[in-house]
Amino acid sequence: MNHLLRSIAPISDANWKELDDEATERLVPALAARKLVDFSGPHGWEHSASSLGRTAPLTSAPCDGVTGMQRRVMPLVELRADFELSRSELRDADRGAFDADLEALDTAAHQIAVAENVAVFHGWPGAITGIEEASPHERIRLGEVADDYPQPVAGAVERLLHNGISGPYALALGGEQYQRVVETAEQGGYPLLEHLRKILEGPIIWAPGVKGAIVLSTRGEDFLFESGQDLALGYDSHDGEVVRLYLEESFSFRVATPEAAVALDP
Amino acid sequence: MGFDQYHEPPDELPAATRTFARLCASLTEEAEAIGWYEQRLAVETDPEALAVMSDAQGEEFKHFSMDLEFLLRRSPAWREIAQGVLFRPGDIVEHGEEAEAEALDGDSPDDDGPSAGGSQSLGIGSLKGASR
Repeated sequence: MNHLLRSIAPISDANWKELDDEATERLVPALAARKLVDFSGPHGWEHSASSLGRTAPLTSAPCDGVTGMQRRVMPLVELRADFELSRSELRDADRGAFDADLEALDTAAHQIAVAENVAVFHGWPGAITGIEEASPHERIRLGEVADDYPQPVAGAVERLLHNGISGPYALALGGEQYQRVVETAEQGGYPLLEHLRKILEGPIIWAPGVKGAIVLSTRGEDFLFESGQDLALGYDSHDGEVVRLYLEESFSFRVATPEAAVALDP
Repeated sequence: MGFDQYHEPPDELPAATRTFARLCASLTEEAEAIGWYEQRLAVETDPEALAVMSDAQGEEFKHFSMDLEFLLRRSPAWREIAQGVLFRPGDIVEHGEEAEAEALDGDSPDDDGPSAGGSQSLGIGSLKGASR
């Protein structure tokens, strides 16, 4: 048994499969950061830190005649989203019910995906430096009118080119901004989405949790997401009515090239 | 040279299986050579000869490793078991039993519930390249 304690949960194998499938179905569309940055791992739950290849000086040494340095590492963070499911609903699912109420799982999946996006794109104070906060570029105003988006997006791409950052480029759009883009046809009926794709030569990603938008290079080796335990469902406890489960992951995130992204304010 | 790396009539074997068998035979030969050099190195006293044979054994290490990597790429179950055993500290037999159970039964020996991957994760990993 591992730390997820799945084998002692009052959940059948068929239920576990349904829960895993449901969680994956909900997570994949919302996990925007993983669609744009490099991914390493998963390295396992016991993986606690990422190597930075750097050292910190030590003021003392064990004895005269030697010097010492201490390796610096980045500790992984853990994210966990708890939720409860009705045992009665799970029993119905075992009987073949297609409409078991898994809303709490869906909500938890969305929350943990948003948390991952926010940590990567905007940062997590004290734990992770996000793409937006690492970027040295002056922020560009995106505005509230989707028809005007091509200009700031093109401006962001030009700024990346000016700094020697090659493409393809991607656009991570917050939920509100993404909806505006897909709803908008420019004059002449040409979809805004297609116009933006031509500017970027890369994907446009729905990124729930992102404030405004971020244009970044996807050429690789600029941003690294290091996974310890990849997203998994675990068991916490149960009573006669409900079973308490959670979604969990551990990861670190590093920005190798801060110049490779430009933030667009809403 | 004979064709005794084939246990079944070669004409009845698919090309991919014949290639796999050839690399298995090559792997065996490299392992034998490593063992032979190990014995020669243990009894040789001439330093120059020792250097030459040590270099030759290094070549066999490389050949063995390349053969092994090829075979693991062509055999996902073998690869999965190897990942659970190779380059890991601790009890080799224990790792082997666990890796075999996970790879071949699709589950851990402790029956910790079904899931994608031996770590019980959802197996999502990288999504780079996903369209939106």
